[in-house]
Amino acid sequence: MTAPAVAEPLRPAAPAGPSRARAVLRSGAVRALLHNRKALVGALLLLGFVVLALFPGQLAPDDPNAEIFRPGLGASSSHWFGTTAYGQDVLSQLIWGTRQSLLIAFAVGGLATAIAVIVGVSAAYLGGFADGLLSTITDVILVIPIFPLVIVLAAYEKNAGFFTLVVVLGALGWSYGARQLRAQTLSMRNRDFLEAARVRGERRLYVIVFEILPTMTSLIVASFLGAALYAVLTAAGLQFVGLGDPNSLSWGTMLYWAQNNEALGAGMVLWAVMPGVCVALLGAAFALLNYAFDEVSNPALRKVRRVQRG
Amino acid sequence: MRFVLRRLSFFVITLWAAVTLNFLIPRLMPGNPALAMMARYKGHINPQALHALEIAFGVGTHKSLGAAYVAYLGDLVRGRFGISLTFFPQAVMHEVLQALPWTLALVGITTILAFSLGTLIGIVGAWRRGGVFDAMLPPIFIVTSAFPYFWLALLAIWLFAIKLHWLPASGGYDVTTNVAWSWAFVSDTLRHSILPAATILVTSIGGWILTMRNNMITVLSEDYVRMARAKGLSQWRIMWTYAGRNAILPNLTGFAMSLGFVVSGAILVEFVFNYPGVGWMFLQAVENQDYALMQALFLLIVVAVLSAILVADAVTAFVDPRTRELR
Amino acid sequence: MGERLLEVRGLRVAYASESGPVVPVDDVSLDLDEGEFLGIVGESGCGKSTLLYAIARLLGPPLGGEILDGSIVFRGRDMVALSERRLRHIRWRELSVVMQSAMNALNPVLTIEAQLRDACRAHSTMSAREIRARSEEVLRLVGIDPLHLRSYPHQLSGGMRQRAMIAMALLFTPDLVIMDEPTSALDVVAQRSLMKQIKQLQDQLSFAVIFVTHDMSLVSHFSDRLAVMYAGQIVELGPTRRVFDAPLHPYTRGLLDSFPSVAGPRTHLAGIPGSPPDLVEPPSGCRFAPRCPLATDRSHAVPPPLVDVGGDLVRCHLYVPDAEPAPAAAVEA
Repeated sequence: MTAPAVAEPLRPAAPAGPSRARAVLRSGAVRALLHNRKALVGALLLLGFVVLALFPGQLAPDDPNAEIFRPGLGASSSHWFGTTAYGQDVLSQLIWGTRQSLLIAFAVGGLATAIAVIVGVSAAYLGGFADGLLSTITDVILVIPIFPLVIVLAAYEKNAGFFTLVVVLGALGWSYGARQLRAQTLSMRNRDFLEAARVRGERRLYVIVFEILPTMTSLIVASFLGAALYAVLTAAGLQFVGLGDPNSLSWGTMLYWAQNNEALGAGMVLWAVMPGVCVALLGAAFALLNYAFDEVSNPALRKVRRVQRG
Repeated sequence: MRFVLRRLSFFVITLWAAVTLNFLIPRLMPGNPALAMMARYKGHINPQALHALEIAFGVGTHKSLGAAYVAYLGDLVRGRFGISLTFFPQAVMHEVLQALPWTLALVGITTILAFSLGTLIGIVGAWRRGGVFDAMLPPIFIVTSAFPYFWLALLAIWLFAIKLHWLPASGGYDVTTNVAWSWAFVSDTLRHSILPAATILVTSIGGWILTMRNNMITVLSEDYVRMARAKGLSQWRIMWTYAGRNAILPNLTGFAMSLGFVVSGAILVEFVFNYPGVGWMFLQAVENQDYALMQALFLLIVVAVLSAILVADAVTAFVDPRTRELR
Repeated sequence: MGERLLEVRGLRVAYASESGPVVPVDDVSLDLDEGEFLGIVGESGCGKSTLLYAIARLLGPPLGGEILDGSIVFRGRDMVALSERRLRHIRWRELSVVMQSAMNALNPVLTIEAQLRDACRAHSTMSAREIRARSEEVLRLVGIDPLHLRSYPHQLSGGMRQRAMIAMALLFTPDLVIMDEPTSALDVVAQRSLMKQIKQLQDQLSFAVIFVTHDMSLVSHFSDRLAVMYAGQIVELGPTRRVFDAPLHPYTRGLLDSFPSVAGPRTHLAGIPGSPPDLVEPPSGCRFAPRCPLATDRSHAVPPPLVDVGGDLVRCHLYVPDAEPAPAAAVEA
């Protein structure tokens, strides 16, 4: 039916057979990842944020909501990033805000990837009418711009709380991953090891879960990272324009309050900029990891070497 | 030919989905926002307009959902989107058309620029693989492509407008200038669009550069490129017609996804800069609970994205003969 | 007959890899006369394709490979020393290449006509009409209807694509056409037909051919001389008939024994035990020794030289004069 007008970046065929996939995972791929500088930087950044999210009480100097300090202070030793217009410590807010951003990233990433796997692999495996239907739905959702749609939903909803955000973003952000997974599954459909499983009489579900999925691990991980990145940026954007829950504590709402108080013009530059820096860093972490995964699964992209003579 | 038909039917299906979403969402949301909005309109507009809105939002009439839907579609086709609350008493259509040129100019030009420049830089980077230029590309642009648009916009305002006073911080033009086709006005408009355009350009170009570079690298190890070398063709010819033309194909078809990001970025950038385009108006409508205007703008955004995709598809069909024969 | 068409001496090629440099072509020498058909056979990974691309000077980024040592003298010029600019003059006019899979070797977004035209324009000042005429002529040569000039590669059948590639290689009737397993992607019937066509064209236009393949029986019907490669080295080189009827090197013998003959008596099918050596750390001594039934202590310790046996070349200690006598097991299988 509808052929995809959305293509995947060129990548070589996946290795055949589950045992081969396991071998790849154990040897070359993992080693390559560890040696990959981008992956390392991305992972370190992510780890840093995870630590902040896990132990905010211990790491933050003050209570993020306490409006006890002089408002509008600049950077100082007691307030690394100054204070807000309400007299709160910016650094503490940043640290406590990490939780929400990370939670959104992982929750949406997980939800979107799960849907993508189910839809993408099923569409390819079932074929025929089911494939046509699923593919059309995927394409339509892919094309309709999500940010405006989410804004529309949030507009009617009055304010998008955390739960709403996760569900909506997750329910809309799976289409790209589904596209890629479907393409990859299609290319695997006629491989010998799948025929062997069918001949053995294995049920379809078994074939899908235990034979096909393991070979697509890198694709699934990349899909997760991409969804996480998109979630972080979209959630921040929504909160920034005031459609998130303004009473919650996250980087996006910090930016919203800063904007509302004309922080930039009033000289509270750090308050206006630092939350954005955090979003950018977290986004960069996911982007770097995602790119590193691409490099690892496509050998043509790895570092160029020269031969040593002699 | 079949390819064209199929893409057009996809266009129609997606548009229909967007229209239906517009129709269903306000009715399905808890708290019946439509009712709340109607209350604000009452007493301000004439009965015919009120009636039209009732049809659009299904309030106060006893029509079935199906009949209301049909009436809604009929109104849409005739361009009757209702009256705007924000710009009362102007018709929604009128306001939308005011904002459209601003966004078309800003987003249209920057997207084309970002695509062209990004593709070029990607090609050159891949061609000079292993060189200093190419080594710098991934780290820099992976990071810049993860920047939130609005944050970059804020930074730009702070640096260039507040600190350096080089460029204006907001607006599409200086409200004290005369709106006319004079050099003063046009140059003023240009001055106001530099920062927003630069913000969009810097954030979106990274994606183009990197995907083009990666595609190019994959293509360069293909047999037909080696064959071209064996035939003794010039470097130029190999780079453009043998490698480039094949490498760009996934980019063209991937246009769809990136457009989604660019659109959301444009909305935020217009918001931050108070740039009077579709995105800015969209958020204004949201803030004022001007649902009629909001819906119309949403549809407009969808149509714009779909049209751009159609154009990209047309170019793909032109460049890649294999697509013309897809079953 | 005057100077040789091609003289390769001591060629060494290396690739960089995670575990160190791999040397798939190690000290290879061979000669080629005008109009001669030389077949190079060997297992996958023995370096025969790398050898081809080295001769055609097509190594380098992005797929890697560098010529470390040796010379490739084509019509009196050492190609290794030539700059890319000078090489361009030789490319296609005097030396052309036919690759394994036409589906991959032809640009998918250009018509056949456009690809032929590219080659013509790159090396001559033919007018558009002349180019057209020549393109039609060359397609007819390989039995393709000229109306396919307007076709794209994906619109042709596999066999037609291969023949279109060969037609393209013959645009300037070069002196040497290098072929890398051009029949591997085809079915058996199409293979024979393509080989016959190549041979016929060769008789017609008298170009030399270096034909690389793993299918010894296929090439042996058409080649004048046969070279056998193992682990990056030439282990035997001689007239095809002689190599087939009286193979000298144990590896060649092993290869021939693994091809059952349809017509001959039923023999026990023997393979060659073991597998080819790792080219990062090749065995010291003879590289075939670990799998050779006739190996001696000397085989494992000392790399054998290339020995001239009545005009043919063998890389084996068995033929080195005043070497240790062969073990008691008969030299004949």
